[in-house]
Amino acid sequence: MAALASVGETSLEAPATRGPQGMQRSRRRRLNAFRYVVFTLFGLFIVLPLLALARFSLEGSKLGTWSVAAWKQIVSYPGLASGVELTLELAVITSVVTLVLLLPTMIWIKLRVQWISRTFEFLCLLPLTIPAIALVVGLGPVYNRIQHYSLSALQLFWVYVILALPYAYRALSSGLDALDAVTLAEAARSLGASWFTVMFRVIAPNMRQAILNAVLLTGALVLGEFTIAYLLLFNTLQPTLYSISRNTPNAGVVFSTSLASLLFAFALLIIVSYAGRRRRRG
Amino acid sequence: MEGLTRRYGPVVALDGLDLTLRPGELIALLGPSGCGKTTTLRLLAGLEDADAGTITVGGRDITRQSASKRDMGMVFQAYSLFPHMTVVQNVAFGLRLRRMAKSERERRARDMLDLVGLSEQAGRYAHQLSGGQQQRVALARALAIEPQVLLLDEPLSALDAKVRAQLRDQIRRIQLEVGITTLFVTHDQEEALAIADRVGVMRAGQLEQLAPPTEVYSRPATPFVAEFVGLTNRLAGTVSGSSVTVRGQDLPLVDLGTPAGPVTALIRPEAVTLASESSAGSGPLAGTVIAVTFLGATSRVTVDVGDTMIMAQLPTSDATELTAGSHVALTIRPDPVLVSVAESKESVAASEA
Repeated sequence: MAALASVGETSLEAPATRGPQGMQRSRRRRLNAFRYVVFTLFGLFIVLPLLALARFSLEGSKLGTWSVAAWKQIVSYPGLASGVELTLELAVITSVVTLVLLLPTMIWIKLRVQWISRTFEFLCLLPLTIPAIALVVGLGPVYNRIQHYSLSALQLFWVYVILALPYAYRALSSGLDALDAVTLAEAARSLGASWFTVMFRVIAPNMRQAILNAVLLTGALVLGEFTIAYLLLFNTLQPTLYSISRNTPNAGVVFSTSLASLLFAFALLIIVSYAGRRRRRG
Repeated sequence: MEGLTRRYGPVVALDGLDLTLRPGELIALLGPSGCGKTTTLRLLAGLEDADAGTITVGGRDITRQSASKRDMGMVFQAYSLFPHMTVVQNVAFGLRLRRMAKSERERRARDMLDLVGLSEQAGRYAHQLSGGQQQRVALARALAIEPQVLLLDEPLSALDAKVRAQLRDQIRRIQLEVGITTLFVTHDQEEALAIADRVGVMRAGQLEQLAPPTEVYSRPATPFVAEFVGLTNRLAGTVSGSSVTVRGQDLPLVDLGTPAGPVTALIRPEAVTLASESSAGSGPLAGTVIAVTFLGATSRVTVDVGDTMIMAQLPTSDATELTAGSHVALTIRPDPVLVSVAESKESVAASEA
């Protein structure tokens, strides 16, 4: 109400000669100024810590000197490259498995068994309510058993799939809800399409943005996950960074690797947005 | 379709429907919401399963066949073009599934687009088309696969009045040109009467009447049909022999088997003629004009005859001298009249569905 009153008062105080278009221009200018201020404040909030991170990652061994040694160490520091590699592999596997499990199931539920959708949503959102430590306690014996058979650390993807479920579900759900999936499916069926064709050639291609969002969220989650990997004694990126920060006097490599992983996530985000925009124009 | 039944829990949406479509004809199913017309279409398309009854197309029983194998082209009420495909890709979709060679399906898709007058829009996406254009593309897509039956599920209801009338005529032109057997579902009686070879009026999962539009309008089989299709005056009368006496006028009966006694006669507004009371003298039926509604070529006049209202539909040129408050004499044209035995209280039924 206050905002409305304020706008009204400003309009009344405007010079009598100014017409409605002039008032609209002035209002638009004020709105733009407000947008720039908000954008700048949020930009600073995000960019300043990143700049600090960049600055520390480029700090030389002596005060006031600059060096890219910390960035070079990303590939040469013992255990770090393998941690990055493992995390990226886990991100890819987790994203793929999450999509393979979730996408057809969600489309099928939407088209054929809508009565189960609430239960399915509840199951997908459940991991949000389970603390990581509870998951680890429950999964510990399972992983001990797996390690008994000397299986790879990539087995972590099963837990990550569970952790990513709520985020991927939300992303895919919004994409699916934006479509009249039932009508599209019925149209395709009447034209002779099998259920497989309906799902993968009619519905899924129209969810490209939602799929990319789900991949982005899953990837970001895996890149940033620490608790479970650390407690289950797997050396993914975050536990490795933690270990470096505890054991290395020169912490520059921690900053460079953290910044690199953040930049990687941002790059993914930009790619996803760009791909989505191209699709909308297309 | 024979004895087709569909239940949703305790609700019987379709109750033993029998309907036969002749090759090349267009049947419009008309009825109020929930009467089972869309269910009929969906059962025919295979999008739902019948609880009982059989569907036969060209002598082949397809009752248990999946939708994808039925060869039915369908146009939906909601826009159903695939958003990630261009117009021409949409039209060619069904042909691609039938593994038609690329050049052949492109040619056929463009032929179909020519047919619906949209060849210029072949490269566009659904969101770049108007609602009417989208439905025309959907029609082209449905026709491209050369279906055995074309199913139209209220395809015009989302469009504005002008586009709806244009597209309605275009659908009929194309249907006649292609000669395809078509089942058209609508709740708009004007649409049904305008383009159908036969109109089926449905109520509570059953077909009340299936007949050419003129017959449905002028010789409705049941009081429900009479009231649902067009406007009807409900006037008390008494049946004796082969006629019914309404306000002192003897009118022939549609159903000669109607038992003698009090009934409600259902009389069309256009069967009522008006004359100024002075020129006609005081007949058995006289009243005061309450309202004159201009409808274009015709006007609807509502007359208060004391104990009820009667509607008359006249050429606008005849209605110009009638104004609210003028006294008129009413005459009912001696057309065959349908009567409802169950009710006797008369009223004006404005059942324009």
